[in-house]
Amino acid sequence: MKFLKFFLIVIILFPLSSVNAEENDKRNKITKNLRCLICQGQSVYDSDSEFANSLKIVVDKKLQEGLSEDQIYEYFKTKYGEWILYDPGLNKNTYILWLLPLLIFLIGGAIIRNSFKFKK
Amino acid sequence: MKNKILPFSVIIIFGIIFFIFYKGLEDSKIYTPDFNTKKEIPVFNTKEFFSGENVKSSRIFEVDKVYLLNIWSSWCVPCRQEHPLLMNLNLENKLNIIGMNYKDNLKNAENFLKELGNPYKEIFIDLDGTIAIEWGAYGVPESFLIYNNEIIKKYIGPLNQELVDEINLLIK
Repeated sequence: MKFLKFFLIVIILFPLSSVNAEENDKRNKITKNLRCLICQGQSVYDSDSEFANSLKIVVDKKLQEGLSEDQIYEYFKTKYGEWILYDPGLNKNTYILWLLPLLIFLIGGAIIRNSFKFKK
Repeated sequence: MKNKILPFSVIIIFGIIFFIFYKGLEDSKIYTPDFNTKKEIPVFNTKEFFSGENVKSSRIFEVDKVYLLNIWSSWCVPCRQEHPLLMNLNLENKLNIIGMNYKDNLKNAENFLKELGNPYKEIFIDLDGTIAIEWGAYGVPESFLIYNNEIIKKYIGPLNQELVDEINLLIK
């Protein structure tokens, strides 16, 4: 009988904990990609400032409301601007950042190709 | 001819890149938030400071009136500095000052108001700091000038006489 009770408790609790863990993972991932705006070089996840703690609560609330990761980023972007995200999207302010490595790669490739041609 | 095009284009491209980065050096390295964009005020539910009753934001902020929302806390030292200025602003009676009590102990907050006076027409509570996030605030003290349910200007940090003069100019 005791064993049965124990078994039932495990069965009831197990899915709950896995759901919690999933939500925690998501929350950690999101807060790691949010910049703590009043700290120096820290993400919201790393920081223990008043600002970061409030932001963590808001992320939890938004997750409970069923918002997706991208919707949460969008929400913070409208409140604080692009700067709050560590992973900036491609737009008119960041296109150099994204295209420069590609450009340098192409130019470098062309130079190497040409120098090979000369040797031949 | 072909051999000349490549080094020439490389020089031009790197010239452009150099120019862009050189221009970038002149930009401020300090992150400055956008102060001047007009944004609608957020909608939220909260509690009234003295009575503890539930209030909706739409009841606090009416259309066609000028408000100054001030985020304050009894543990915040700069709030003490700016408090006399808020008292003066309230005496001039040109705008309604609304207080948002940020992450505070209510007893301490009441003592703070008893000691320094209460310039606020209404005060609501933000116990966990989430309402401040809705407003796009960074911490305490912070003030928002509001007209027609729109944020006209945002002041991060304590107000000083210069900023108060600016507020007076803006609401003329």
